[in-house]
Amino acid sequence: MGEILVRDVSKVWGIDTPEEVLTLDRVNLTVRPGEFLVIIGPSGCGKSTLLNMMAGLDTPTSGLVLHNGQTVVGPSPERSMIFQQPSLLPWQSLIDNVAFGLTLKGMGRRERYQRAQEFLSQVGLQGFARKYPHQLSGGMQQRASIARALCLGTDILLMDEPFAALDVQTRFKMQEFLLDIWKGSGKTVVFVTHHIDEAIFLADRVVILTSRPGRILDTVDIDMSRPRDVASSSFDHHRSLFIDHLRSEVTKAFEQQELVEMFDTSIK
Amino acid sequence: MKTQIPLAAIDQPDLHSQAKRRRKNSRVKTLKHYGEKLGWLVASLTTFVLIWESLAFFNLIDTAILPPPHQFLGEVTNQEQFFDRQLGATRVGGNFVALTAISATLKRVFAGIFFGFIAAFSCGLFASYFRLFGKLTLPTITLLAPISATAWIPLAILLFGVGDSPAIFIVFIGIFFSLTLATVDCIKNVDQLYINTGLVLGASRWQIMRFIVVPAIIPSLFVVLRINFFAAWASVLAAEMVGVNTGLGAMVMVARQMFNVKLMFLGMTLIGLVGYTIDVCFAQVQNRVLWWKAATKI
Ligand SMILES: Nc1ncnc2c1ncn2[C@@H]1O[C@H](COP(=O)(O)OP(=O)(O)OP(=O)(O)O)[C@@H](O)[C@H]1O
Ligand SMILES: [Mg+2]
Repeated sequence: MGEILVRDVSKVWGIDTPEEVLTLDRVNLTVRPGEFLVIIGPSGCGKSTLLNMMAGLDTPTSGLVLHNGQTVVGPSPERSMIFQQPSLLPWQSLIDNVAFGLTLKGMGRRERYQRAQEFLSQVGLQGFARKYPHQLSGGMQQRASIARALCLGTDILLMDEPFAALDVQTRFKMQEFLLDIWKGSGKTVVFVTHHIDEAIFLADRVVILTSRPGRILDTVDIDMSRPRDVASSSFDHHRSLFIDHLRSEVTKAFEQQELVEMFDTSIK
Repeated sequence: MKTQIPLAAIDQPDLHSQAKRRRKNSRVKTLKHYGEKLGWLVASLTTFVLIWESLAFFNLIDTAILPPPHQFLGEVTNQEQFFDRQLGATRVGGNFVALTAISATLKRVFAGIFFGFIAAFSCGLFASYFRLFGKLTLPTITLLAPISATAWIPLAILLFGVGDSPAIFIVFIGIFFSLTLATVDCIKNVDQLYINTGLVLGASRWQIMRFIVVPAIIPSLFVVLRINFFAAWASVLAAEMVGVNTGLGAMVMVARQMFNVKLMFLGMTLIGLVGYTIDVCFAQVQNRVLWWKAATKI
């Protein structure tokens, strides 16, 4: 079972330089085993930074991240990550990409291809094993990334705005598809987005971050049954709550941005 | 973990016949493209040769210094004289037939490129992976890189005497420094996203290098190699002229010393043709190696 604890985590970028920024400020978060947790917040508030620290790709300036009680000190194949940008290796065929984690483990070719093929079919790409990433659409690439993350059979999936670059219909399909995979699998998902409907549609629980420096503004349980109807009144209720929360934060983020820009031009 | 596939409706590989037709069309198009290119090459050469020939025909140029193409190209059939050990024998030995000259030059260029590439690639990887080694070697390499390969010829001849080794050394030197620096630079510029991908999937340092860094930099290195090939080609010819005494460069030089202008031009033509052919081959290989780069337009 995958449990992640974030304890008093702060992150300062460019420490001891004139561009020092406090990005995350004493964040406390418990990701419960098997839950679908969504982190939402305005652009630049440190969502990716937080997720990267959970993955072990970054280290907190202060505070601790614990995975099943053990301090996270570096990346581990125990925690799969799906990145914001398309990250399939362009020089590998799709099946090699999906099987890459198994290759790294030293699994034999036959066995790993068989496994990878299974996961490719699970994401609806069975006919594309020999294709290369540039021959696929963005949605197909993102599905393949998910297959790659699933292929290792980890308990924890960290997803950084995986569907942000997709069109509305594909995005909707992908959300349903992700829930299908997650449902009953016992996996813990931490999903970052800045899309309110996406958050409400997917989450067991939503954590709202403030604009920079990112703090936890609120944690909201979404206790609607699945599949959720985006047109229902309870969906609307949650939506207006989030809009209220986020509107003020986004405004703040913009003001900060303008201040920074004014500052920049005065230097030049 | 069985799930149905809700996405079957989108992204299906249907319309097979259409795709096939399109592929065929594109093949025809490439053929057409190459045909057109070849056509213009022939046309351009013909124009050039015709002008030269007619200038010679009407006695407008001195054919003793600028013999028209049909005369010096005819020398290829006239191989007897190349065997004549009396002609410049002290300098060139018997190694003077056009084909022998070509193969001698090619052997040196490719040996030099081969060793140079391997050495530079390993050195670059080493310098990137072992900080201390990098810090100790890279500044010196950076300083040595601008010394043109030609400037190393005297030293090469002093070190290795006459024969293949000084020429190979020259090509090696011409490639080694810049390619080492390029390797280090390319490694620095490998997209962090790909490295992170490897890391979260559990790759060790060594696996990151083998599965991510090396495949990511090979295409760019190939471009650098292709650019440096011309410098290496030029410097090996220069080396052959001054002291190595065999190969295409020597052929041209000895021809001048014997006042055999036709032979000189024949040598020059061969240098051009061989160099061009190699570059075309390089371009072909590059397309193979670079396919994914071209496709993703990085
Ligand atoms: N490597 C870095 N060096 C310096 N500053 C960084 C670095 N990475 C992120 N930052 C800063 O940290 C802040 C948060 O970045 P982060 O990418 O975590 O935001 P985000 O919430 O994921 O935004 P988005 O929704 O746009 O992806 C930004 O202000 C950014 O400038
Ligand atoms: Mg982000």
